[in-house]
Amino acid sequence: MDEEKRKIPYPAIVMGLGIILILTIIVSFFLGRFPISPGELFQILFSQIFPIEQTWTVQMEKILFNVRLPRILLACLIGCSLAAAGAAYQGIFQNPMAAPDILGATSGAAFGAALAILNDGNNLAITLSAFAFSLLTVTVVYLISKKAKGKKVLGLVLCGIMVSSLFTAGTSYLKLVADPNDQLQAITYWLMGSLSGATQKTVLMAFIPMAIGLIPLFLLRWRINVLTLGDEEARTMGINPARLRFIIIMCASLVTAASVSVSGMIGWVRLVIPHLARMLVGNNYKHLMPATMLFGAVFMLLVDNISRNLLQTEIPIGILTAFIGAPFFVYLITRKEEAF
Amino acid sequence: MSIVISNLCFSYGERLVLDNINVTAEKGKLLSVVGPNGVGKSTMFYCILGILNNYKGMIEIEGRDIRGLDIREMAKLIAYVPQNHYPSFNFSVFDMVLMGTSIQVSSVSIPGKAQMNLVYSALERLGISHLKNRSYTRISGGERQLVLIARALVQQTKVLILDEPTANLDFGNQVRVLTQIKSLAKEGYTIIQSTHNPDQTFMFSDHILAMLNGKVLADGVPSDVLTEELINRLYVVDVNVQSLFRDRVRVCVPKSVINDKR
Repeated sequence: MDEEKRKIPYPAIVMGLGIILILTIIVSFFLGRFPISPGELFQILFSQIFPIEQTWTVQMEKILFNVRLPRILLACLIGCSLAAAGAAYQGIFQNPMAAPDILGATSGAAFGAALAILNDGNNLAITLSAFAFSLLTVTVVYLISKKAKGKKVLGLVLCGIMVSSLFTAGTSYLKLVADPNDQLQAITYWLMGSLSGATQKTVLMAFIPMAIGLIPLFLLRWRINVLTLGDEEARTMGINPARLRFIIIMCASLVTAASVSVSGMIGWVRLVIPHLARMLVGNNYKHLMPATMLFGAVFMLLVDNISRNLLQTEIPIGILTAFIGAPFFVYLITRKEEAF
Repeated sequence: MSIVISNLCFSYGERLVLDNINVTAEKGKLLSVVGPNGVGKSTMFYCILGILNNYKGMIEIEGRDIRGLDIREMAKLIAYVPQNHYPSFNFSVFDMVLMGTSIQVSSVSIPGKAQMNLVYSALERLGISHLKNRSYTRISGGERQLVLIARALVQQTKVLILDEPTANLDFGNQVRVLTQIKSLAKEGYTIIQSTHNPDQTFMFSDHILAMLNGKVLADGVPSDVLTEELINRLYVVDVNVQSLFRDRVRVCVPKSVINDKR
């Protein structure tokens, strides 16, 4: 986006996104098959702090705290994480099309999840296995790329594609040998992505690694600007490109692994949201990172609301994000104006 | 004596790219490195900048042997102005120049008032304050080059290295950029640039280093060393060097052109 055309100042944009996020969260509490009125919602919420006479049913309170609240929080956390990871990857690879998939974070997670499902693991086992394989894949890619000759960034990307395709083939093999009556369905459904498994426990489990990854991404955000200029220039300005890239890859991969391990494959958010945020606030990561994080949370929450309320059965969120993401991608590559 | 290079040798594998280079760049002088493409100019720059460090010989900047200095220490000694380019992501001119302050802020913080003031004064120094909110990719090549110079200035080093600062610029921009570079040298900066244009060297440089096949062919004041014979050896073109305005300026004209006009 051209710097000159932007009229809305950055603080207003971030505040606007924050307000939209809060409103979306409030609205999301009311959406669902079980109707809860605004009065009841606030009574239930306040009853946690002040003693209020109970006029609502226990079922209502359970739905609110055990179903809707975790799901809303998880959607926000995942949207924020995936979008932030996407923006970080685009910067450190100097490529507007880069996404965390490049280093195999998602294909590794898919393999890990499929492996756990094949071994009749419970939800916790599936999540842990997806998380572990996701990080394992990225680590393998990173270590192999260190041996690669020539340009470092290109070496990383090529290693990522290779290792990724290996794990994708592995997942296909696991699907082949899976029991078609239940396991294959479970794997396929997992790959489509969904937040329906959200519980208080999954939220907490995802939150810790996400916080560990998101905080450094946020703090280091201004430095990412310098890395987008390329290694040599960054070096002459006093920044160690290899070290900074390593830290950012680890943080972005950590939050990606945490996200996909609880939600399955949710594509596009990490490509689409950073670009929408770029259009709003420009490419300076000082502004881009906070805007991307907020935007990602809003987007994911909105899409998840559609996913769980549009039809009688839930639409996997991975399908919905692709439906929105693919046309946007086409728009990006065909628009006349210089996009990046 | 701001940069002293002694017995510098560098090879990519078996191929010797720099063969025993000795040169001294003095404070307040503009040193132009000339020579055909692929002669080792960029390799030499990368050695001086500390990007390549498996060289033989010694490079001293402001009295310090740079071998073994870490990236931050190097960036405090010397700033680099790359050829004007299109980055992957577009930034405003202000944000682009601000990046030069990286060493002044800790890794987890963001430049503040002091750094922003440096940016304002660098933009003003180069006469491009009016561009500060413009988009870096939407300004002219000459303006982009000045922006990159401003970025090097906010790094607050006394030594600058410029890689063909006038490449791909139109005539007016070439003159404007070189005039600024020259005046920075007069202010006390030590500047090394690479260039391909002998006329420019006559007009702006205080000192030239002519390189061919990784060796130093000539080193001295342009009017002394940049002779018809040297230009012929460097670029394999027969030229006639003419003196103008009582030898305040020299120009270099290919002989084939003179013969054609007869």
